[in-house]
Amino acid sequence: MDPLAAIKVTFFQECEEQLAELESGLLVMQDGAHDDEMINALFRAVHSIKGGAGTFGLEALVRFAHVFETVLDEMRSGKLPVDGNVVAIMLRAADMLADHVRAARDDGTADEERSRAIAGELANLCGISADGPDEVVEEIEGLDFVPVAFAFDDTPPPAPEPEPEIAMPAAAAEPEGPPRETWTITFKPRAALYASGNETAFLLRELQRLGDMDVTVSAAALPLLQDLDPEEGYLVWTVSLVTAAEETAIREVFEFVDGDCDIEVKSARADASGALDVHALIAMATAAGAPAEAREPSPAPMPAAATAPEPDNSDLMEIIKFIDDAKAAVAAEEKGEIAPSLPAADMAAPAAKAAVGQSAAAAQGGAGGAPQAGQTIRVDLERVDRLIDLVGELVINQAMLAQRVAECGLARSSSVAIGLDDLEHLTREIQDSVMAIRAQPVKSVFQRMPRLVREVAAMVGKQVRLVTEGEGTEVDKTVIERLTDPITHMIRNAIDHGLEKTEDRVARGKPAEGTVRLAALHRSGRIVIEVSDDGAGINRERVKNSAISKGLIPANADLSDEEIDNLIFMPGFSTAATVSDISGRGVGMDVVKRSIQALGGRITIASEPGRGSTFTLSLPLTLAVLDGMVVSVCGQTLVAPLTGVVETLQPKASDVRSLGPNGTVIQIRETYLPLIDVGVQLGYRDTPLLPTSGVALLVEGEGGARAALLVDTIQGQRQVVIKSLEANYRKVPGIAGATILGDGRVALILDVDSVLSAKVTEPPRNQTLLAAAG
Amino acid sequence: MSKTVLTVDDSRTMRDMLMLALSDAGFRVVQAVDGVHGLEVLNGEPPDVIVTDINMPRLDGFGFIEAVRKDNRFRAVPILVLTTESDQAKKDRARQAGATGWIVKPFDATKLVAVIRRVAA
Repeated sequence: MDPLAAIKVTFFQECEEQLAELESGLLVMQDGAHDDEMINALFRAVHSIKGGAGTFGLEALVRFAHVFETVLDEMRSGKLPVDGNVVAIMLRAADMLADHVRAARDDGTADEERSRAIAGELANLCGISADGPDEVVEEIEGLDFVPVAFAFDDTPPPAPEPEPEIAMPAAAAEPEGPPRETWTITFKPRAALYASGNETAFLLRELQRLGDMDVTVSAAALPLLQDLDPEEGYLVWTVSLVTAAEETAIREVFEFVDGDCDIEVKSARADASGALDVHALIAMATAAGAPAEAREPSPAPMPAAATAPEPDNSDLMEIIKFIDDAKAAVAAEEKGEIAPSLPAADMAAPAAKAAVGQSAAAAQGGAGGAPQAGQTIRVDLERVDRLIDLVGELVINQAMLAQRVAECGLARSSSVAIGLDDLEHLTREIQDSVMAIRAQPVKSVFQRMPRLVREVAAMVGKQVRLVTEGEGTEVDKTVIERLTDPITHMIRNAIDHGLEKTEDRVARGKPAEGTVRLAALHRSGRIVIEVSDDGAGINRERVKNSAISKGLIPANADLSDEEIDNLIFMPGFSTAATVSDISGRGVGMDVVKRSIQALGGRITIASEPGRGSTFTLSLPLTLAVLDGMVVSVCGQTLVAPLTGVVETLQPKASDVRSLGPNGTVIQIRETYLPLIDVGVQLGYRDTPLLPTSGVALLVEGEGGARAALLVDTIQGQRQVVIKSLEANYRKVPGIAGATILGDGRVALILDVDSVLSAKVTEPPRNQTLLAAAG
Repeated sequence: MSKTVLTVDDSRTMRDMLMLALSDAGFRVVQAVDGVHGLEVLNGEPPDVIVTDINMPRLDGFGFIEAVRKDNRFRAVPILVLTTESDQAKKDRARQAGATGWIVKPFDATKLVAVIRRVAA
């Protein structure tokens, strides 16, 4: 990629960050809190986007950003009050700005009509005209800079050797181009010029680029040493410049020092009589061959005391050297603290030192004073994934090695075994660290939601406030990417179905504005995402009736509240009387549930009439590894995800009861749970294992459904690397994936939820024939 | 020896642009992300020229320039401000703070380098 294109990519990334910051800032402001720094930050965000857009010539974006920026500037200066209305317009403007950014990124165009409308609204806020942006575009197009073709050496001017680039033949040899004119420039710098870091020598050097130049300096105004203010400028420079350049070009040289010096630019033609006969002077001085100091004063109308250094190249060097020497002298004076004319500078010194001290301390803290905050590198995702794959292999290899060693019959206390334990720890740590690289805060998903909420709320005519929590919660990138759709859908659902209509809320004594809460947190090795609303809660009567009328459940079904709530996850279920534009996009909660399950997650509902509903997603932090319990069934090795296993027990004959022709239940403490023979369920065997000769795993599926899974034996617990069975073979009911064990054999990973649900809804024997694993 | 330019800008895009233009022109570039960071970097590595943005978090361009000028070691280091505003008031304020000159954004590489050479030894 060419470097500019790469920067453009960076620009759009940065835009996204700034847009996010803009939006979150505005949302905080919407809540009534704001301070100057916050408004400043908003201004900077828009300003930066505009600046970068200008660089890349993104006109529409600049145009819109400019109006936005102007309004924020008004707000920043306190001329525009921060109120709900203003913030609401700004939020819409932020959305529009985001559209512009994305349009520019994808080489498309944003909705110009909407853009104009919002720009108009913004402009109205502070009474500027919406046509204002045109100037900006001119500003961008005004890149009428004429490059100066001039080879310039990097060597500092005081270098003693003559520099050919600056060589300035008195007799110009170049062919005459445009008419050349002689200009006389009189220039008297003041202290302020030096204080701002400007330098006479550089100004002269700049002038020299325009043509052939002779310089004389007058020290007539130089006071006696005791009266000399080392900071002040006393010298008057007179330059005779023969150039084809316009007066504006000459004036431009002094652009930065305008006001810090007295300057006069005169054309010789206009003022021929007063012109300095520099060439005569040169001729004379050269003829005399005398050192500059002893030279006679110029015959021109110059003060008698003037030193008139020979106006050729080496003397320009001398002048520069002189200035440098003078600066050095001033510096030396300051060090000796004999510069009473500089009280301000002296007083400022402690402050500066304090600042230095601070940063020195910071430098000691960090390595060599490197910037401490948030250093990042950007890495190709493929490389990270490759690393993750390799670490996966490493884990398998380590397990294999451990098993081989165990097979050799070495004692657990042997040094080899101990070394292997350490290796295992290290491997795990490496794995965690590598997974952490892929971990990202859920912020990237969460920050898309405020806009969604605004749009949906506007569409259904409800007032909605979105509260987000735990944006910093980290989870694997793949998980994040697949979270957007389910969360989007759940939020739509919460606004459309969860929250009551505004008038109903008011009638019930609730605040008119409904609240939707989106939160993320880590809980026991999983990420939990909650979407809750403070609406009416699930109308169980209606849900049940709807399910009955759709034939999803029998009319006489006796369901618990929880079971009714879970009906909304059933395929083909929708309670909305009319399929709305918002949630009824052909995607029901059943799809949400399936996509969450595909991620190895669970979704649950808690609802309280009149108080609202909460949807809780629980997802593994990564899709690449899981902690599993390794079990044997009919000579096959299977892995049960440890997250689902509550406890293990040895069934006693007295606890096991038959239920119907094929069913078996087991009593665990006070409750009876279905006892599922995994071997039968998966089709490994027809005759169930005698419960007392096996081991039962008490598992909990999504929604809290529990059952006991009967297996032959437990081999142990192990972290396994998940390999997709779907990608490598095909989807098998009851199986979530596969893994490679230490001995190199393939083991299938049990899909606990699907085993449980199969038990509930299907005949006990799963007819799918399993290819023998390994 | 190539000259060192310190660029102070909170925008990564702008830092990258400056880096590209300046390193192509043979300058050594050190970067800082805001005024406070700029002052830290400055102490570690005295630059020949400073190019700074104005709108930055923590310490803005004006404050940064003032702080640089207060340090005797950096009284005479040329400081150029980057400004999108062709606004005279901003330029005046920058100069009051001690800026040597300005570069109007958006800039092209030639223009940037020319302005730097104009004020640098």
